[in-house]
Amino acid sequence: MSVLRGEEMILNIGPQHPSTHGVLRLKVKTDGEIVSEITPVIGYLHRCFEKHCENITYEQVIPYTDRCDYIAAMNNNFGYVIAVEEMMDIQVPERVEYIRVIMAELNRIASHLLALGTYGLDIGAFTPFLYMFRDRERILDLFETVCGARLLYNYMWVGGVSHDLPVGFVEATYKFLDHFEPQIDEYNNLLMYNKIFIERTADVGVLPVDVAINYGVTGPNLRGSGLKWDIRKNEPYSIYDRFDFDIPLGEGIVGSVGDCWDRYWVRTQEMRESAKIVRQALKQLPAEGDIHEAIPRKIRPPKGSIYKRTESPRGDLGYYIMSDGKPKPLRVKMRSPAFTAMSVLDEISRGWMLSDVLAILGSLDIVLGEIDR
Amino acid sequence: MINLKVAELLEAKFPGSIVQLEEPSDQFIQLNPDQWQNIAKYLLETPDLLFDSLQCITGVDLDEETLESRYNLHSMTHFHKIEVRISTSKDDPKIPSVETIWRIADWFEREVYDMYGIIFEGHRDLRRMLLPEDWEGWPLRKDYETPQEYHGMVVPKVKNV
Repeated sequence: MSVLRGEEMILNIGPQHPSTHGVLRLKVKTDGEIVSEITPVIGYLHRCFEKHCENITYEQVIPYTDRCDYIAAMNNNFGYVIAVEEMMDIQVPERVEYIRVIMAELNRIASHLLALGTYGLDIGAFTPFLYMFRDRERILDLFETVCGARLLYNYMWVGGVSHDLPVGFVEATYKFLDHFEPQIDEYNNLLMYNKIFIERTADVGVLPVDVAINYGVTGPNLRGSGLKWDIRKNEPYSIYDRFDFDIPLGEGIVGSVGDCWDRYWVRTQEMRESAKIVRQALKQLPAEGDIHEAIPRKIRPPKGSIYKRTESPRGDLGYYIMSDGKPKPLRVKMRSPAFTAMSVLDEISRGWMLSDVLAILGSLDIVLGEIDR
Repeated sequence: MINLKVAELLEAKFPGSIVQLEEPSDQFIQLNPDQWQNIAKYLLETPDLLFDSLQCITGVDLDEETLESRYNLHSMTHFHKIEVRISTSKDDPKIPSVETIWRIADWFEREVYDMYGIIFEGHRDLRRMLLPEDWEGWPLRKDYETPQEYHGMVVPKVKNV
């Protein structure tokens, strides 16, 4: 009998593939079912964000930041405006600070819901997706009452926000939280403790903490590996130092620390913490305050540069902004957390089966709009 | 103050590596490119520094002659951060790669190469990152001119407001 000839094969996943969460191509080198190397090919959604920024004024950049990470647009606005505010030394009114935190945390919940739902889809669980979209819808409805938009808000401005909270927003948000918080347990029962889900994700794609740091992985992916690192706690910006919340960590409850399951476990727990922050912020929200009070007439930061980072749902979102004192920025660079998370894919996927690669890719919760910018 | 302190340490350990500025700044450390790899290793491994996290690499087009690469470093142990700046000439832009020291630099450097054309010497896989492989020119340089067409597709003219 002749010996079977085995050789490595290159398999293309994407650019059009439902599990790639956007337009992403993976060149996968496989030996049978076992993956030996992955080369991600990105740039299909490149919209020249950084080039555009050099030709528009500071306030015109904000809608572009929306479109980078369209799942968590509020958080992207947030990072940019506080960087410009720090350059110009602007103090925003208390009410604006609270409104911003409420919006950012609600958006974090919405983003994690979408991440959980689509991750379920990726590995074959269809039902949780519908549950999670139902709740995400309620958050989008809240945003709609505030600023009229459901996905791309352009809500936070340098020195303020575009609209004040409408009448009844606080009550509606309490109502949503009362409904939502018990739901988290239901989701955990539905998806996280599901036997098939555990089989697919526990012990798969383990990301050791030193590898994560070396690859610049941040956010829930890093916390899933067991490192307590959250910019809201470690380097508080805005008014995050006033709230009482925990940083959930991956503990390896069903597998080992840093596996796909842990990364998702951190996300579900984070939703609970975000809800906690929103509750505290609603309680402390000052009743009075002009939200447009601190908006500068001209946005011309002094000459210099700043690197400011904030905690977006995907991790450290950094903006490097350079100003030469003119109305247009000299340089805006966005350090996107999904970009760094994507780069570790090759390292942690080697040796796994092809079907596991999609589970690992999904567990990193990437948004291609932000990777390609 | 951390920038000045680290600059002093580096000057003692690697003489001549620091570019002496007219006004020393606390915001950043200006380095010569020659010893960058050794310095990077030193920054990563020295117990008092331990800059294990490379936050960001930003390319900058400073003026007619200079390109700059800026590194924002952070330590997950000591929670301190510095900014390192390395300038290079536009005619022959070359900076040593630190891709093997911080693995994330692999993608960051490719992106800077893609946009500014800075050659990171020693990078094992320096290709375009976001743009197509056959793209010509370095788009984020200030003197870049948008091509008229790409593979027969006409690029629409944009009015500058």
